[in-house]
Parts: sequence; C-alpha cells; structure tokens
Amino acid sequence: MHELAITQDIINVVCEHAQGTKIRRIVLEIGKLSAVLPDAVRFCFELCAEGTAAEGAELEIIEPSGLARCRICDNHVTLDRPIGRCSCGSTDLEWISGEELKIKELEVA
Amino acid sequence: MCLTCGCSDNARPMLTDLQSGQTQSLRAAHDHDHSHDHDHDHSHDHDHDHDHEIAPAVTQQRGRIIRLEQDMLAKNNLLAERNRGWLMERDILALNLISSPGAGKTTLLERTIRDFGSKLPISVIEGDQATLHDAERIQTAGSKVVQINTGTGCHLEADMTARALRQLDPPLHSVVMIENVGNLVCPALFDLGERAKVVIMSVTEGENKPVKYPHAFRASQVMILNKIDLLPYVNFNVDQCLGFAREVNPALRVFQVSATRGDGLLEWYAWLHGQSVYNEPL
Repeated sequence: MHELAITQDIINVVCEHAQGTKIRRIVLEIGKLSAVLPDAVRFCFELCAEGTAAEGAELEIIEPSGLARCRICDNHVTLDRPIGRCSCGSTDLEWISGEELKIKELEVA
Repeated sequence: MCLTCGCSDNARPMLTDLQSGQTQSLRAAHDHDHSHDHDHDHSHDHDHDHDHEIAPAVTQQRGRIIRLEQDMLAKNNLLAERNRGWLMERDILALNLISSPGAGKTTLLERTIRDFGSKLPISVIEGDQATLHDAERIQTAGSKVVQINTGTGCHLEADMTARALRQLDPPLHSVVMIENVGNLVCPALFDLGERAKVVIMSVTEGENKPVKYPHAFRASQVMILNKIDLLPYVNFNVDQCLGFAREVNPALRVFQVSATRGDGLLEWYAWLHGQSVYNEPL
C-alpha cells in the first residue's frame, strides 16, 4: 500500500500549485511497468482528497505501455509487465518507456 | 484517523535510539487547515458548436490548466540524493536490505556484525512496523543501532532515513545497513540514498519469488539466497530460482549463504569489503 503515501504526496503537490483554487481535474501518468497500481491510487485518492482543494476532482490516469530495447540484438520489445523476453531469447532488456510516474497537469476552476 | 491522509497518532513513524533509549516522532502531527478564500471570476466564451451524444445537464466551462510534468516521487528522490551526498562525504557504504518477512535479514546482519564488524564498523537502521526486537538483537551483536517503527507504514522513506542517520551518527569510513520493513513490494520503489539494494530470499520460499515480485529483484543490485543449509529438507530448485532472478535482472550479483551455519558468507564479506574500499557506484 505504498500508493497511500504516493497519493498523499500527489494531493500535497497539486493543492500547493492550485493555491487554494478548487481543483476540477488531475491528470497522472502511471506507466504499466511502474510499481504503482492505478486502481490503488484511485482508491486512496478520494480519502486523501477529502477536505482539500482536490475534493471531488476528476482523476484521469494515463497508462503508457512498456517498451524495451534488447541489448543483444537491438530489437524493440513491448512489455505489459516488468518481465519479458526478446524474440532472440535474451532477457537483457533496456526499458525505454513504461516506468512513468508523473503528475502531468491539473485543471482548476 | 485523519481522513485527509489516513494517518493517526499511533500510526506515525517513530525513531528509537538504542544507545540512549530515547524515542522521538519522525513526522510532526500536521494540522489540516485548508481554508482558503479566493474570489475567481473567469469568463470564457465558447462560440463554437459541440455535438454531444448525451446533452450535459450543466454546461461546464473549461478551467485553467496548470502543467506540472512532475515526478510523483520527486520529494523522496530529492531527499534520497541528499542522504547519498551525506554518506559519500563521510565515505560510508549504505545498503538497503529488502525481503519478505522471515527471510533472515536480521540473522544475516547479526552474523555479519559478529564475523566482520571488527574489520569494518557496521551501524544499523532497523525498520519494522512495531517493536524494538530486531534493534535489540543488533545491539547484542555489538553494533550501534536505531529503530524506526513505521506504525502502519509498509516501507522506509528517505526523510525517515535522514533523521535516523543523524541520530545514528555512524563513524567515517564505515558501513550502514538499512534493514527495511519486511515487504517485497513497497520498499522497491523508494530510494533511501543507499549505494545498492540487496534483496534477500530464502530456500523456504518458492523458487518463483523473483518473477512474482519482479520490482524488488529488478531494483536490487545484489541477491542473497539464504538458508541453503535447509536445501536437503525442502523442495527448492536453486537453478530454477536463479534462472527466474536473471530473467528479471540479468545483472544481479548472487550470493548463496546460510546465515546460521556460515556457508557462503566469506564471498559476501569479500564483496562488502570491496564495496567499502572502492567507494564508487555499482
């Protein structure tokens, strides 16, 4: 449940930037290879936002897919979980995308 | 319980110094004062037509967009880098030990302190949800130790580590072992400022732990397979386990040890010595 600590930090950051204005929408980016579960963030969000400028805000989560480069044959491999194998048989993969953990933007009233 | 963040008084992380016996709170109780009065008059004209499949009950004007593009872990990562600088200027090798509960982290530390502590001073930061049990074991083994009790928290964070390091006050040119909360999930994500994460698993767990908890094994530079003295009595395939581990992290350095009987520990000590002498990134 590290998502609770992370969601609390997200609320702190967005409330600071909103400077007291009501927040309507928050856009997050949580990559499919990151160790954060979007559903757990959604679950924690309502609880964490209560009584803050983010209460009632719409939470939008973009989930970029995983993409890796094989260090042996240089091919690109798509990953939907943090384990994968290139068609050449190698598991030595350099992750290119999918680990994003970002607060992209917010929309304030 | 505070509904803003789910905290409660007895859930706040606490730090206990085993040398002085003193306990302090690691995070102040925050007051949740969120009363801001702002008058905002925005008027936006939307002259273009929209086709809505379902007509909205209330036409809502679009608000002001604030672009952040900020890393969610930015705060922790910044504090972790400060810890890293603090440790580097003191020539201290810090390792972050992660495992599921019962893999043998504390036993490995006790043995390492007894066998190797005279060659290189080892201080310890213990992380557990509750009790001082592990810190007392480490103190008995002969090391300086502070205990962080995370309350309901499932992992250590960089701010807790910063406070613990200052309280611990480890000597120059030494080793600090940070024994994280027994959990293979959450600690993988939080940088504490360590030189390396060391993941520990034991042969009483399933061979497939590395693929079941890939983040922990991927985030680690070293894996210690513990309790190998029990191999004759348990159904555990070492080669299959190491195959899984390399599938997740081909660069993982593996030591097979028994912290109780002593098998394989010389290799672990040699690695530790090498890392503490050559203070460079892994």
